[in-house]
Amino acid sequence: MDKIPILRMGAFLLVTIQVDLYDRLALNLEADLVQMVNKTNAKGVLIDISAVSIVDSFMGRIIGNIASMSKILDAETVVVGMQPAVAITLIELGLPLKGVHTSLDMEKGMNLLKSMIDETEEDADEDQTADDFIAE
Amino acid sequence: MSLKTHQLLKNKKKNILELWMKNQLADEGLREDLISNDELRSQSEELITALVGNLSSENFTNFDADEWSPVIEILGGIAITRARQGFSPRETGNFVFSLKEAILEVLQQEITNDPTVLFQESLKVNRIMDSLSVVTFETFIKGREEVILRQTDEITEISTPVIRVWDGILALPIIGTLDSARTQIVMENLLQEIVETGSSIAILDISGVPAVDSLVAQHLIKTVSATRLMGAECIISGIRPEIAQTVVHLGIDLSNIITKATLASALAYSFKVMRLEVKKIGTISKF
Amino acid sequence: MILSLNKDTIHVLKEQDVVFLKNRVKETAVKIKMGLVNQTRLLTACSELVRNMMRYADGGVCIVEVVSSGRNNGVRLTFSDRGPGIPDIAAAMRDGFSTGKSLGLGLPGTKRLVNEFDIKSKVGEGTVVTILKWANG
Repeated sequence: MDKIPILRMGAFLLVTIQVDLYDRLALNLEADLVQMVNKTNAKGVLIDISAVSIVDSFMGRIIGNIASMSKILDAETVVVGMQPAVAITLIELGLPLKGVHTSLDMEKGMNLLKSMIDETEEDADEDQTADDFIAE
Repeated sequence: MSLKTHQLLKNKKKNILELWMKNQLADEGLREDLISNDELRSQSEELITALVGNLSSENFTNFDADEWSPVIEILGGIAITRARQGFSPRETGNFVFSLKEAILEVLQQEITNDPTVLFQESLKVNRIMDSLSVVTFETFIKGREEVILRQTDEITEISTPVIRVWDGILALPIIGTLDSARTQIVMENLLQEIVETGSSIAILDISGVPAVDSLVAQHLIKTVSATRLMGAECIISGIRPEIAQTVVHLGIDLSNIITKATLASALAYSFKVMRLEVKKIGTISKF
Repeated sequence: MILSLNKDTIHVLKEQDVVFLKNRVKETAVKIKMGLVNQTRLLTACSELVRNMMRYADGGVCIVEVVSSGRNNGVRLTFSDRGPGIPDIAAAMRDGFSTGKSLGLGLPGTKRLVNEFDIKSKVGEGTVVTILKWANG
């Protein structure tokens, strides 16, 4: 069975999706990632989808699930590098990925995660910063 | 009926051409500036050769016959060229109408003994020539449409510039009416430019948009949502008071979107988000 | 007048067939010079419909066609299955309606992504969904 590798980098988990996901692969990723968050006590998850050309409602749901599940395990999820065509299609499909943080590239995503985690440590009630853009 | 009109026309081809040329050259609307007389003559000769060459007793009354396709092709070619050269519809139409006149005149000269036959044959010629006129107009309009379409493409291309106003800040001034097709291009250009420049803020300035209805608002909201999905923020600026009024009257909810009255205030907001400060330097040194 | 220029029938029964179908649709879209965003819309719509077919009817047949109307070319996809059918199409076309555990965006979302959308279904006999996407539009 194919697997998408999950890399650990400090308090973060890194996932780079290099192939177009089919359903089985996406479901495996969801299960593996939640396991990893729990095992490593990660504070953030970065999912790079810059090489993904198609995100349909099923894939969108998996991404939303990963974000919600990680949130329960106290980790933030940032999706980075979404292609313009994919973003337009998702909006038209009616899937704005509520509650998922997004970023243009890995570096910006990493900074966003760091600022979110600093914020939660400083003030447990506030978990949004001024430049924390939530896709709505 | 013993007389074969198509045969007669074949024999009298030279006469018809001369008459036709005379008609065309005598016409007040002759465009010597657009087409030389020699060229006009060769065009006319080509058409008339194809016309009489393909006539037969079977297809004379049946315009759907295959033999007509070379004639239609030549005529279509002439009509399209004329559309591109800037001939008016009247001038293009007269090209065929003057041919009809020439043919009818020849018929009148040849069929002198029997008015009934003359009338019947003229009617047939009329029908054929009317069909040819319709073809001419169809292709003429098609040629004009092509010109219009090409211009539309050019306008949409030049009317959506994406400007890099600061490192990490893009601005896109929209001028003119926003329809679905145009918003599509605006949105695609903006998102592509965001990826290419790695800009985290985009300002969409709509001060040049005459009206905002619910459809335009929908398009704007879509653009903002797509920008956010990619991980950037989109600010809408240049909202005039009357646009604010219509938006509220139409019941459009823009509360999830960052809106600013002017491009300047949108830029100021962007600087704040990016933690930049614009300062006045104490003294200005003169050189 | 819409003319069909090229027709391809693909049977979709297993997950590998889905990959094959998507590749074929992509090739067809590239061949008629469809822009990237429209390609993405078409492929996403295809992905939604083929999933429905696999989930509710255990597979079916997809016809991939190149169509032409005037100066515009497009891709038409026809998905037909012999599944249980949809009892209430109007409800299935509403956002957020689902008999399965999905988000219920499949059919209404797909309709928003394409230029033409047609669905016919008979309970107990099957469902036929036809979509059409023009290269520019």
